[in-house]
Amino acid sequence: MIKKTLVLIAIVGLLMVFWPLMSNFEFSQNLSELASNYVRGSVNELNTQNVVTSVIVTYRGLDTLGEVTVLFLATVGIGFLLGKRKGKKRPASELLQTTSSFLFALIVLFGVYIFTHGHLTPGGGFQGGVVIATAFLLLMLSDVNMKFNHTILQIVESFSGAFYIVIGIVGLVLTIGFLSAEIIPLGEFGKLISAGAIPIIYSFIGLKVGSELTNIIDTMRGE
Amino acid sequence: MISVIMIVVLGVIMIVAGIIALHLKNLLAAIITAGTISLLASVIYLILGSPDVAMTEASIGSGLTTIIFLYALNKVQKEDKND
Repeated sequence: MIKKTLVLIAIVGLLMVFWPLMSNFEFSQNLSELASNYVRGSVNELNTQNVVTSVIVTYRGLDTLGEVTVLFLATVGIGFLLGKRKGKKRPASELLQTTSSFLFALIVLFGVYIFTHGHLTPGGGFQGGVVIATAFLLLMLSDVNMKFNHTILQIVESFSGAFYIVIGIVGLVLTIGFLSAEIIPLGEFGKLISAGAIPIIYSFIGLKVGSELTNIIDTMRGE
Repeated sequence: MISVIMIVVLGVIMIVAGIIALHLKNLLAAIITAGTISLLASVIYLILGSPDVAMTEASIGSGLTTIIFLYALNKVQKEDKND
């Protein structure tokens, strides 16, 4: 009885905290000043079709660097804490094996498409990386005794992370700004090779996220 | 108007799914239900006009997180058997 009363009090308290937010909420019809600056800048200054990408990679580039670092630390932690252990596993069904060998290349291709077209269409490095990791997951499900070469994964991961920071530092050296997209020519609006360094940065992020998540899944799977 | 109805319906289904996931005794079914919540959330993001967030939610929330939960459940059950 006391427990239920306490839960009720907690719910009412939360309602009272959030009610002021709810009561004078209205849908804004216009963008705020900062938002309209970002929208104008990404189209006029950065030649980027997808505004979200230009905000994530350039205007808020330092935040993205922090996000990538958090993911890296999570991978390191999981690899450190979860040791390998052996156990018997039953082999996957014929159906799964055939389908995954067919789908693997297609899914990887789709992931690469998502992060190379991050500046044109929705999506980007993080989403593309996750899609690539799911392709490797399918491979792991179909072949339970498969062993991954962790050295290659780590090399891909650390090199793409290092190049990401090198691009940022090049912007500093050229006195344009840390992680600026304008270190190389911006190109034509709406073309695949445009928006300066944004596709390059997002490709590195995609490779990094893909290899990290593959590493996490493989560690979680155990041997 | 129709998008508002869709969002309300999806939100109600999400809340119901969350309550079901809490009360299910079968952990496997609870994990799948929790994955469904993320999938419906990604549909809501798509209706609200943010395909980038919807993609992230669909791939990470309902794909990868569910898989990692399943692996964790597998490990926990194995250790229960060994003990």
